[in-house]
Amino acid sequence: MLLMIDHLTLYRYETPARGVVQSHRLMPSTCAGQEVVAWEVTVSGGVKGGGFRDGAGDWVQGWSVTGPVSEIAVQVRGKVATSDTAGVLRGHRETISPEVYLVPTAATALTGALPTLAKAGQGQATVLGAAHELSCAVTQAVAYQPGTTHAHTTAAEALALGAGVCQDHAHVLCAVARANQIPARYVSGYLSSDAQGAGHEAAHAWAELYIVGLGWVGFDPANACCPDARYVRLGSGLDSRDAAPIRGSARSTGAEWLDVTVAVQAMQQ
Amino acid sequence: MSTAFNEMYLGPQIRPPYAQLESWMRAMPADLRRQKQAEAEALFRRIGITFAVYGEGGDPDRLIPFDMFPRVFTHSEWARLERGIKQRAQALNAFLVDVYGRAEIIRAGRIPPSLVYQNEAFEKSVVGFVPPKGVYSHIVGIDIVRTGPTDFFVLEDNCRTPSGVSYMLESREMMMRMFPDLFRENRIQPVDRYHDLLRRTLTSVAPQKCRHDPTVVILTPGHFNSAYYEHSFLADLMGVELVEGQDLFVEGEFVYMRTTQGPKRVDVIYRRLDDAYIDPLCFRPDSMLGIPGLMDVYRSGGVSICSAPGAGVADDKAVYTYVPEMIRFYLGEEPILNNVPTWQCAKPDDLGYVLDNLGELVVKEVHGSGGYGMLVGPKSTKEQVETFRHKILNDPANYIAQPTLALSATPTFVDEGVAPRHVDLRPYCLVGERIELVPGGLTRVALTEGSLVVNSSQGGGVKDTWVLAE
Repeated sequence: MLLMIDHLTLYRYETPARGVVQSHRLMPSTCAGQEVVAWEVTVSGGVKGGGFRDGAGDWVQGWSVTGPVSEIAVQVRGKVATSDTAGVLRGHRETISPEVYLVPTAATALTGALPTLAKAGQGQATVLGAAHELSCAVTQAVAYQPGTTHAHTTAAEALALGAGVCQDHAHVLCAVARANQIPARYVSGYLSSDAQGAGHEAAHAWAELYIVGLGWVGFDPANACCPDARYVRLGSGLDSRDAAPIRGSARSTGAEWLDVTVAVQAMQQ
Repeated sequence: MSTAFNEMYLGPQIRPPYAQLESWMRAMPADLRRQKQAEAEALFRRIGITFAVYGEGGDPDRLIPFDMFPRVFTHSEWARLERGIKQRAQALNAFLVDVYGRAEIIRAGRIPPSLVYQNEAFEKSVVGFVPPKGVYSHIVGIDIVRTGPTDFFVLEDNCRTPSGVSYMLESREMMMRMFPDLFRENRIQPVDRYHDLLRRTLTSVAPQKCRHDPTVVILTPGHFNSAYYEHSFLADLMGVELVEGQDLFVEGEFVYMRTTQGPKRVDVIYRRLDDAYIDPLCFRPDSMLGIPGLMDVYRSGGVSICSAPGAGVADDKAVYTYVPEMIRFYLGEEPILNNVPTWQCAKPDDLGYVLDNLGELVVKEVHGSGGYGMLVGPKSTKEQVETFRHKILNDPANYIAQPTLALSATPTFVDEGVAPRHVDLRPYCLVGERIELVPGGLTRVALTEGSLVVNSSQGGGVKDTWVLAE
């Protein structure tokens, strides 16, 4: 499948910012099942900073913008040829030990009803079986319902609401997997909104669980499936903040507005 | 602790390194002693060397008490300490490069992976990065106690930003000013090269992209920090700028400092700020003290950070128990300085022993420092012991325990004259292209009779530390 991605993030500052610094994880992962045909990231008025591949295998790229500036546009455009790997992350070079991903964060703390939900992972003959059970349990426990949660909603809060978006699904799955001693991480990327994908966000998030013998395997509880050719993987982290495609900081005293539009179009090859 | 070793005596004999001091002490009339003590206090007050104490309220500019009676090491005692300290500093750095790299020590089964990977000081963001010269901890403060003529133990390692070196330098300065004769009568090795060595150490770890004479700065959290005096003192001595986060900014591939002549590129940052605060984009997003984007510049070779982010994973009290193993594993040597035997409450057998013997042990929090949150069994009431029992049972992995050591004592001026008080020693080992150590360190003294807690935050004082020439 050939996916065309057009992702625009617009920052506006009430009082002009004296300077802006950003850290991007906006390059598609180098792994089996996705091949970059064309890819370009631009930052209006931006100077490219240092770039490096981190221990999780993600390309991290710094950017800075010298002020005064009242608007910044981060534009991502590209084409990626994808194929289905049944959710298994292969050919991905990384050096961080999976055990690092057993540590809870504030967003994935094991509180509220999470320990009870985590029991869905017990009594399975294999870790892979447990992972599938946990992902199913998350799909059932948290309904897809935009507008009920926000960027800082924790896994326990989303579970209590019984509703959320892909970010919440991924957080809840990370929390209950770690509770079962299965390393888990948050993955950010894109999902093509073709066919029955209506209603799903194109800037997407899911989780990867570490299965000994298989490696990292993606699970998308928001869509009750494993990532396939409709998905483009960008990067990972312990939670949504850690895996954020854009982290930024503006030296500005006023309010800041953010506007994101993402379009992912699929073309059958 | 009546059995503690008094460093001035061996049985009824005066030990040779203290011979001169013993007669100096005898010859000093009480009124001269009081006058000198007042003089020292006035000098310390004037230069502004004070130490704020966390969480105790009171005067944040309280003077740390200075005791005029020096503590003395012979040349050969020091030679052994120096070898042991350098060995330890080298092994700790080898461990840090390893756990952020191939993790051979974990693969070899010599240290449990959970202790490293689930440690809150482990920084996922620096995995795969080797800092310049392979050094994570550039200033290693190693706390050492003595229990007998030849018995030394390492109490803990400080790999992040150990403080107190200004007291080592100022104590010497003070003694030379007040008692110049002592420095003629005794052959004392100087410590005043410290700031030159520190600057040389910092410039030796300039980043990969630095092709010029590196610009070094000291990054401080600000004047409200308890060690602010030390930050400005070291900046002055080294002739480098003292900056706060807001004085630095990232542009393109580098970090710059705002100056009256415009932006100036910064190559090496000696930060006296915890990892969590140095870059809000990478660590705590609410930190106002750091520099947004610093970590991206660091990881792409545009700036060096000392100590390197992530260094803290080598110095918590649970990892401490494995340092002798690190020395054997990386250096193929036997440790020259021993650890204090340590029980880890995370291990069921150890926990049982600790709970059965709480009244005899010293119990510490794994991540604690500064003498806070610890129990000194023999010096505590039944109630305090029971309170601690509950704390340990609630979270065993958060505690370690050690036997109550009979810390050595050295003669110390007290109201009634001179009396023995317990001491420890913190030397500052510098690690860059070379491993360097000035002959001396910070001797902390527990001024309360019988007390074993030497931390300045708990009423301890400082002394000048002498290392005699051969």
